[in-house]
Amino acid sequence: MTFTAPALNYTLLSPMLILLGGALIGVLVEAFVSKALRPMVQLSITIGTLVLSLAQVWRIRNEESTTAAMGSVVIDGPAILLQASILIISIISVFLIADTDQFTALAAALPGSDEERHAVQTGNQVTEVYPLTLFAISGMMLFPVSSDLITLFVALEMLSLPLYLMAGLSRRRRLASQEAALKYFLLGAFSSAFFLLGMAYLYGYSGSVTFAGIRESVVGGSGNDVLLLIGIAFVSIGLLFKVGAVPFHAWSPDVYQGAPTPVTGFMAAATKVAAFGAMLRIYYTVFANAEWSWSPLLSAIAIITMLFGSLVAIAQRDVKRMLAYSSIAHAGFLLAGVIALNKAGLEASIFYLFAYGVATVGAFAVVTLVRDSGGEVTDLNRWKGLGKRSPWVAATFAGFLLAFAGIPLTSGFIGKFSIFSAAYENGAKGVVIAGVLASAVAAFFYIRVIVLMFFTDPIQDGTSIEIPSILTRTAISSSIVLTILLGIYPAPLLTMITNFSTFIR
Amino acid sequence: MMTSNSLVYLIALPLAGAVILLLSGRRSDKWGHLLATALSASSFFVGLYQLSLMLDRTNEERPITQKLFEWISVGTFKIDAGLLLDQLSICFVLLITGVGTLIHIYSISYMSHDPDRRRFFAFLNLFIASMLLLVLGDSYLNLYVGWEGVGLASYLLIGFWNQKPAYATASKKAFVMNRIGDMGLSFAIMIAFATMGTVSFTGVKAAAEQTSTAALTGIGIMLLVAATGKSAQFPLQAWLGDAMAGPTPVSALIHAATMVTAGVYLITRSNFIFDAAPTAQLLVVIVGAITLMFGALIGTAKDDIKKALAASTMSQIGYMILGAGLGPVGYAFAIMHLLTHGFFKAGMFLGAGSVMHGMNDEVNMRKYGALRKFMPITFITFGLGYLAILGVPPFAGFYSKDMIIETAFNAGGIKGIILGTVTLLGAGITAFYMTRVMILTFTGTSRWDEEAHPHESPWLMWLPMAILAVGSVTSGYLLSSGDALVNWLSPLFEDHGEHEELLSPIIVSTLALTMVAIGIAFAFIKYSLNEVDEVAPSDVSIFTKIARQDLMQDRFNEAVFMRPGQVLTEVLVKTDEVVIDGAVRGVGRAALGSGASLRGIQSGFVRSYAMLILIGAVALVAAIWVVVQ
Repeated sequence: MTFTAPALNYTLLSPMLILLGGALIGVLVEAFVSKALRPMVQLSITIGTLVLSLAQVWRIRNEESTTAAMGSVVIDGPAILLQASILIISIISVFLIADTDQFTALAAALPGSDEERHAVQTGNQVTEVYPLTLFAISGMMLFPVSSDLITLFVALEMLSLPLYLMAGLSRRRRLASQEAALKYFLLGAFSSAFFLLGMAYLYGYSGSVTFAGIRESVVGGSGNDVLLLIGIAFVSIGLLFKVGAVPFHAWSPDVYQGAPTPVTGFMAAATKVAAFGAMLRIYYTVFANAEWSWSPLLSAIAIITMLFGSLVAIAQRDVKRMLAYSSIAHAGFLLAGVIALNKAGLEASIFYLFAYGVATVGAFAVVTLVRDSGGEVTDLNRWKGLGKRSPWVAATFAGFLLAFAGIPLTSGFIGKFSIFSAAYENGAKGVVIAGVLASAVAAFFYIRVIVLMFFTDPIQDGTSIEIPSILTRTAISSSIVLTILLGIYPAPLLTMITNFSTFIR
Repeated sequence: MMTSNSLVYLIALPLAGAVILLLSGRRSDKWGHLLATALSASSFFVGLYQLSLMLDRTNEERPITQKLFEWISVGTFKIDAGLLLDQLSICFVLLITGVGTLIHIYSISYMSHDPDRRRFFAFLNLFIASMLLLVLGDSYLNLYVGWEGVGLASYLLIGFWNQKPAYATASKKAFVMNRIGDMGLSFAIMIAFATMGTVSFTGVKAAAEQTSTAALTGIGIMLLVAATGKSAQFPLQAWLGDAMAGPTPVSALIHAATMVTAGVYLITRSNFIFDAAPTAQLLVVIVGAITLMFGALIGTAKDDIKKALAASTMSQIGYMILGAGLGPVGYAFAIMHLLTHGFFKAGMFLGAGSVMHGMNDEVNMRKYGALRKFMPITFITFGLGYLAILGVPPFAGFYSKDMIIETAFNAGGIKGIILGTVTLLGAGITAFYMTRVMILTFTGTSRWDEEAHPHESPWLMWLPMAILAVGSVTSGYLLSSGDALVNWLSPLFEDHGEHEELLSPIIVSTLALTMVAIGIAFAFIKYSLNEVDEVAPSDVSIFTKIARQDLMQDRFNEAVFMRPGQVLTEVLVKTDEVVIDGAVRGVGRAALGSGASLRGIQSGFVRSYAMLILIGAVALVAAIWVVVQ
């Protein structure tokens, strides 16, 4: 029996390998380093790994290959952009995750048990959140560069499993947090099942699990269309679940609310980049020639998602739930970029993903600052008059909200403008009209929060704004600077995206 | 077109000054004003250097551009930030930096006792940079950035002494009235972009030929609205008088020599639009004619020396706008009057500042008198400016104003006769109110307050006044000898052949000088031969009363804009409460009402969420079934 060693291009895979290595070291640190040093060591390793990985992405930016790992991974311009976006957003998020006060001291202990109390009293804070984050990021990095269904599925699970755990790590309201984690896990498993089933149909249709093989069958048009269509539908369900599109969104408000806020920010921003990255690759390359079949369905889902997200967000009284519905609406806007199916759409989607991701992390960072003695205050009624007490923090939050609303001079405007014009070019007028309407509705509830913060009198109930630590301050300031910079002077990034964004097949 | 890499320094130097002064805080109190002056001066020298380069090139090669960066590029929507220096903008660059530097020098002394002098110079530099961006931008959008920048700088400088509520109100009034004008500019840009797909000057000029007259008229009217706001023209003129609340050097620089002339620049720069849109062009002339009379009439009744000069500025800019509205023949004369006016009016404002400096900041001319002996230099420099604005040969105004009057008469037909008469009358009234200012301030008997000790200003203040006075004497001759400025600017404007001549230049000059003489005579009889009251008499004719109230402009604004605005606001508030809030509450109630069913969806139970996913999947498959069938 002969055995051929796999030919791996380690240079091209290095960004992901570095992350996995860093995560494994993190596991060892958790076991062997004294508890006093642990947070510091873990943070340094995590940031170091991410920066190293980013540098490596930058080094390989001009390389293209479909055979980085025996045809399972493809490295091209969009891959570089998406991986870089994920890493930058992750770096900002890790600054927030470093605030250990958000995380339970001992996740394995039952809520309210003696063990938990003991762990808190002795300051025995576990820091397994760092390696978990790195594992999740490596999965996210692999997701948009996978070029066969098996790798895609592995990447999906790789990014999901750590996130399920991380969602349950909240220090306060542990039961709600654990409930969120369990919900996320069960529903994630359910949608994964659809995804796997879809893979099976696609295999049945084309006799291949590689993207190249499936595309050949789609282009050739020889197979059984019913198998293809059901395959597309089921794979889409798996992906739409991850991005939180209606009607596969139901988990997101509960999970966003229950998870520790830094994790929510990370999840909302980075997962979206990864999932939409994979979606763009699949629809733009594999399914492109079957546009007639999926485009109407995806358009319908996009319209429902935008309108549902924006409308329901109006009725929310909790800032994290409001942001969750807002992220649902944004998933709808981003679907317009998938539907556009042209180079402009790809460019716009990548810009939008990065801009939205940065603003989202920043917004959740501000949420972590508003507290009373019992932890974070997420009830919007208690955010009244925040602008009078802490004008800077409130102004920053207002900046992020304006970016979400797509007001000119913020990154959100450029993103929305370009994504809708790309979709319009492809004749998706209905989606664009719904998008503009939904944006108008969305602007209403974003601006209502700004009015609440700046033009109503504060109520004295012990709600205060925490003085941000240097890490949180770095996260917030870098997010707001990027958000405004990308609104005023987006040209360099847009040019770079234009130069890079062509999928190779 | 040639490109250059050095245009940006024109703007970057003063901008750097503003940034350094604002960021360094109290540390730069000692040297900040010197740095600001030096940077403004170096910008002037860069301008001179560019002029020398430009003179060496042939007409076609004179305009140069610099692309700064790609501003926005989304699909087909591309805007570059770029600069354009041509024969027109170089005139403005030298005026802005030249007069600007002189006023920096003047302010060193004028503001020396102000604890916030550093901040004042930072704003001055900011203004210079914005104004340069306004005249150097190569597209309407870049111009718009500068346009807003000067608006901001003007707001900050008018309200510089904002500890006095009246001054803060004045700056707010200027700000609000300017917003109306700015809205005009943004509408003009939008129409241009919608119909032509471009907003750059070259692009719009090229596209104007294929654009419908209706669109061009729309753009032209909107540009005119913008110009009336910035240049204090009828009906948006009311803010200029109140803007005199700012320190006097500001009035000289911003509200006499430079910013308020931005409207003239805008119209001249957009000559290709107005030439193709006769209706808009006619409106320009009408606005100019109304304002020049309006300003002149207000000027006759003002006792506040700065407000009298402000009214005069309004009126003189009316001349320029009128000139610019006369088409290709008028543009160059409008610019010429703009340049000469920049010298003599800035000089007179600085003179007024010098008088106030010596008179404990008294602005009421009825409390002046006989200052000639105590402030000889101020008297001479102010007097030269006075002769220039009257249009007495060979002073600057004679060349520029007479050309506008002549062009107005030659506009042809009844239009020419009306415009010519208005400009002539304006010249006469100008002579009256300026003579009044001279007599009340410098001659006659002293009517000072007891604690006033008038004295000449220090050399740092009178030197700029002297230089400007030299300009008031010579600039007209220099610019018009051998048609220097007309030829210089001619490549920019498309002239359509010869023009009929209704009146010869000699007759026009004679008529104008006669009107001036009559104006002087009236003023002389009224204020020099009779005693001047220390308190403004109240038993005056109804016309004087109206003129004292700025021809009812504030009443007009209140009646036309404010009251309906208030009513509108009230109606809107009611509508908001009843209709919109109702709708929102309705939506909220609907959301809550369907909340029962919605809550059914968002129940928190995993099983119902999974059910939802399943329903979604079934629906998708069903939809596909339909597609396949």
